[in-house]
Amino acid sequence: MLDFLLQLLLALDATLRLATPLILCAMAGIFAERSGIVDISLEGKLLTGAFVAAAVAAITGSAWLGLFAAIGASVFMSLIHGFACITHKGDQVVSGVAINILASGMTVIAGIALFAKGGQTPHLPNESRFRAIEFYGVETLNNVPVIGTIYRELISGHSLLVYLALVLVPICAFVMYKSRFGLRLRAVGELPEAVDSAGISVTWLRYRALIVGGALCGIAGAYLSISHGANFVREMSAGKGYIALAAVIFGNWRPYKALFACLLFGFLEAGTSRLQGVDLPLIGEIPIQLMLAVPYIVTVLLLAGFIGRPTAPAAIGQPYNK
Amino acid sequence: MSNTPPLPRWADLILLPVINLFVALAICGVIIAVIGENPFQAFGVMIKGAFIYPESLGYTLYYTTNFIFTGLAVATAFHAMMFNIGGEGQAYVGGLGAAFAAFLVGPFAPWFITLPLCILGAAAFGAFWAMVPGYLQAKRGSHIVITTIMFNFLAASLMVWLLAGPMMLQGQQSPQTAIFDTSAHLPKMSEIFAIFGVKIAKSPLNISFLLAIVALGIFYVLIWKTRLGYEIRTVGKNPEAAHYAGINVARTIIIAMAISGAFAGLMATNEVLGVHNRVILNFTAGYGFTGIAVALMGRNHPIGIFLASLLFGVLYQGGAELDFEFKSITREMVLLIQGMIILFSGALAYMFNPPLARFLVRIGLVKGVQDA
Repeated sequence: MLDFLLQLLLALDATLRLATPLILCAMAGIFAERSGIVDISLEGKLLTGAFVAAAVAAITGSAWLGLFAAIGASVFMSLIHGFACITHKGDQVVSGVAINILASGMTVIAGIALFAKGGQTPHLPNESRFRAIEFYGVETLNNVPVIGTIYRELISGHSLLVYLALVLVPICAFVMYKSRFGLRLRAVGELPEAVDSAGISVTWLRYRALIVGGALCGIAGAYLSISHGANFVREMSAGKGYIALAAVIFGNWRPYKALFACLLFGFLEAGTSRLQGVDLPLIGEIPIQLMLAVPYIVTVLLLAGFIGRPTAPAAIGQPYNK
Repeated sequence: MSNTPPLPRWADLILLPVINLFVALAICGVIIAVIGENPFQAFGVMIKGAFIYPESLGYTLYYTTNFIFTGLAVATAFHAMMFNIGGEGQAYVGGLGAAFAAFLVGPFAPWFITLPLCILGAAAFGAFWAMVPGYLQAKRGSHIVITTIMFNFLAASLMVWLLAGPMMLQGQQSPQTAIFDTSAHLPKMSEIFAIFGVKIAKSPLNISFLLAIVALGIFYVLIWKTRLGYEIRTVGKNPEAAHYAGINVARTIIIAMAISGAFAGLMATNEVLGVHNRVILNFTAGYGFTGIAVALMGRNHPIGIFLASLLFGVLYQGGAELDFEFKSITREMVLLIQGMIILFSGALAYMFNPPLARFLVRIGLVKGVQDA
């Protein structure tokens, strides 16, 4: 029984680590999409952030500089997206595809130009990374049954960025639902004419939404390469941006629900490594590809209205013409 | 922008795309220069790699074949105002269709029965993989972009599972199927030319290139000369009007997506039947996404798609050459160029429209509008 509890805790611990980039990207996606902009470029921004964080941390030796550079680079990608689909009213999906392809090309080119390691960045020493934080009192509580174990395995011992991601969810929810900016942001995604006629700039609001999203993706990227990992490797984002997008839809464009979706998808991913080749009673062996495909299957079923009905922002995907 | 005079047709169809392409290439050139290489030299190496060596034209046209198919796939859906991002997955699953036909019929039938069935299999599986998102969009109100993205990942999961599991060749490590019987091999161009006594350099170029040219013709006739094509374009321009005109909008969208997927699936004829003669992991290699750039640049017209495919064929073959000639720039340069082209010919397609129109008025090539 105690062994089972420990296994479960370790799985939940892995869930939290795997869900962190998803949570950050999903919040980014919510900001963009609630302002009326389709953001399939989460993937590209995540990849850019991961590369820039690792590259800057490798050159300067500072994880913090890596983080800030990642945020800057990812915001820059957001601004390209905004320039194309807000300023020039281009197709948002096309622009997103362009950014994703640019990111996968540019990260490798810059990686080879800077480090000549086939697109990878050098392995980072621990002091240039965001390492696990040991909470106060782990030793003292260690002897307390159950609670001590939970405290040690699940609550303590994550990187700063994991806690940051978790703290950012209520902050995003607060900004989205309780602040003036959030109210306007939601309005601009539903009925931009109304916002415009109130004398508020639709363009500037949408740009701000994209900038916030870019910053969040940058943090997510930094988490991948200088916290969870210790260097950048090609195509490191590996579709996580798209899974985050699936979580946004699964969460019906709401922060807490999206958080739940990210944790669920993270849990499934954590489960695959534990269930690989394991013969479960009654069910037999589950193909890991099937488990990894669950986010995509769920999203397809959800969008088709087979489980609940998602309500996307009304003005999503449409450039605003005065 | 109400004071912008409309561009004349020639400027809209030729000048504007050329300007967009030029700007995309110029930015890539700047990036190459920042890395510390000479951009003109780099583009020179690419052109040389794509044409000069004996086998290079064959390689260029082999890549072109892939892009014609995936470009047609995106273009067909575009005419119905559907954005099919799923060409990658449809081509991947198309390979599965070709493999099924090759394994089921190949050992017993001669080539003239096997090959058509393989080609049909590729088209049918690709069509199915696009038709489901089409159906979900038309009947269930899903979003085609998201659904086709998800179907790409589903295709990847399915293929990994099949290639590493049930369909994996026994007794080997890499996830791929057994090699097909020779009755399911598409002949290489060099072999065909050899029959007529003409010797050309060996390359992966095979007969599916001719199939791609035929597909361009079929696409033209379908979109502009048939009733179905008219319906597809009408639904794309204005679904409400199409509905009032008695067109079954949902049915048209589903059919358009199926045809789109069939074109994407046919890409497998080149890679699976023509080159690898088996299904290997990730044989689509991003060609499905390149199809988006091809359709955007080619303005969804067969001639444009052919030219854009040729351009990307040159870039891919020439890009491979970069690896040998330079230390710090590699074939990933092609991804960068591709991204820039999608950005400038797609998302920013009309950025240069107003300044170009004003310029043409000023130099007197176009009459300005009097009352704006």
